[in-house]
Amino acid sequence: MCGHCGCGHAAKATILDLQTGNETVMAHGPAEPAQDGAQEHVHADGSRHSHGHAHDHGHDHHHEHGHGDGGGAHHHHDNGHPHRDGGSAVVELEARILAKNDALAARNRGWFAGREILALNLVSSPGAGKTTLLERSIRDLGAELRLFVVEGDQATANDGARIRAAGAPVVQVNTGTGCHLEADMVARGLRELKPEPGSVVMIENVGNLVCPAMFDLGEWAKVVILSVTEGDDKPLKYPHMFRAAGLMIINKIDLLPYVEFDVEQAAAAARQINPGIVIVRLSARSGEGLEAWYRWLRRELASAREAVIGPLHDPS
Amino acid sequence: MHELGITRNIVAIVGDAAGGRRVSRVTVEIGKLSGVTAGAIAFCFEVVAKGTGLDGATLEIREIDGRARCLACDGEFAVHTLYAACSCGSRRIVVLAGEELKVKTMELEETA
Repeated sequence: MCGHCGCGHAAKATILDLQTGNETVMAHGPAEPAQDGAQEHVHADGSRHSHGHAHDHGHDHHHEHGHGDGGGAHHHHDNGHPHRDGGSAVVELEARILAKNDALAARNRGWFAGREILALNLVSSPGAGKTTLLERSIRDLGAELRLFVVEGDQATANDGARIRAAGAPVVQVNTGTGCHLEADMVARGLRELKPEPGSVVMIENVGNLVCPAMFDLGEWAKVVILSVTEGDDKPLKYPHMFRAAGLMIINKIDLLPYVEFDVEQAAAAARQINPGIVIVRLSARSGEGLEAWYRWLRRELASAREAVIGPLHDPS
Repeated sequence: MHELGITRNIVAIVGDAAGGRRVSRVTVEIGKLSGVTAGAIAFCFEVVAKGTGLDGATLEIREIDGRARCLACDGEFAVHTLYAACSCGSRRIVVLAGEELKVKTMELEETA
């Protein structure tokens, strides 16, 4: 298991089309590995070597403490170029670890762009109000926009059923033990959902402010939702997510009289990490402030229709 | 976060490149601002490598320090967090290093 969040993909992700009731199971990576022996490799001294393999190693590793772009800054070997090195062959790989997800995300991004679809990746802690905001948006904008939803949760189709009741086509992706959606799950979901050209696709990620920050789904922008029942310092505690987001929604502002949440402080914390972030305050329950969110949506939809590549997303 | 999945990607990338040959050593770069904990990768590696061509391989993790350039004063400086500010006061910075997540090299065992 992952040392932090328990994500393991032990169970396969499933995709449920709530329109047809059709359920498919995704094969996702290798089977869960055995856990035996893993604990022996937590070294109290912080040693990073996972194995005490004796190895007479004469190769001069150049440490690259990074000026430039990280990859091209030092002499570049073509893939698979071997060096002889004291009984073993060293092969330069220079491979980005998330390359596979990033490539699939790029394909999704092209798929959206070709159909002039605005795709948003909604991220938050569990319970911040993603589904409630979507329900309200679907009801308010149903006559104006075509909204489609990809619902991500570890388990249950409860949220999918809520979205469907609100009036939008939806597929539910259950990640099993996975703590975030990945680009291939979204691609499979889209195959079922078949959103129409010019529409808005809302991808509701698994409630988690950590892991979804790293996994590009091919969205136009990430929208992070922070509710006032959480701490106003959350942007500083989860900086990767707040830096990756184009819009921050501060939700449940109808509860402000009852909680100790400083909206200005939360906004300042978010701008400290991400000076360009747009901030909207609203209550999905009372409806206060929703118009600013709808204005942002309309503006981004117009931009997505015009652009081939999303300006809010930096895939570097 | 998600270090098990990251480690699986490392093992898959190296396994594909090795094409069935045995791998004795893998070197990866993990930036200190990447959001991935090097210790957790080391923790997962042996378990994930078990039964593959990387079984028993040594994993070398090079942690890359964060560096950024200020867009206001053009100065370069070390950064330890994503919300760092330049000494000139600006927060408009470009991260130059520290976000790496890369498999750098593998060493293949000589076939006798």
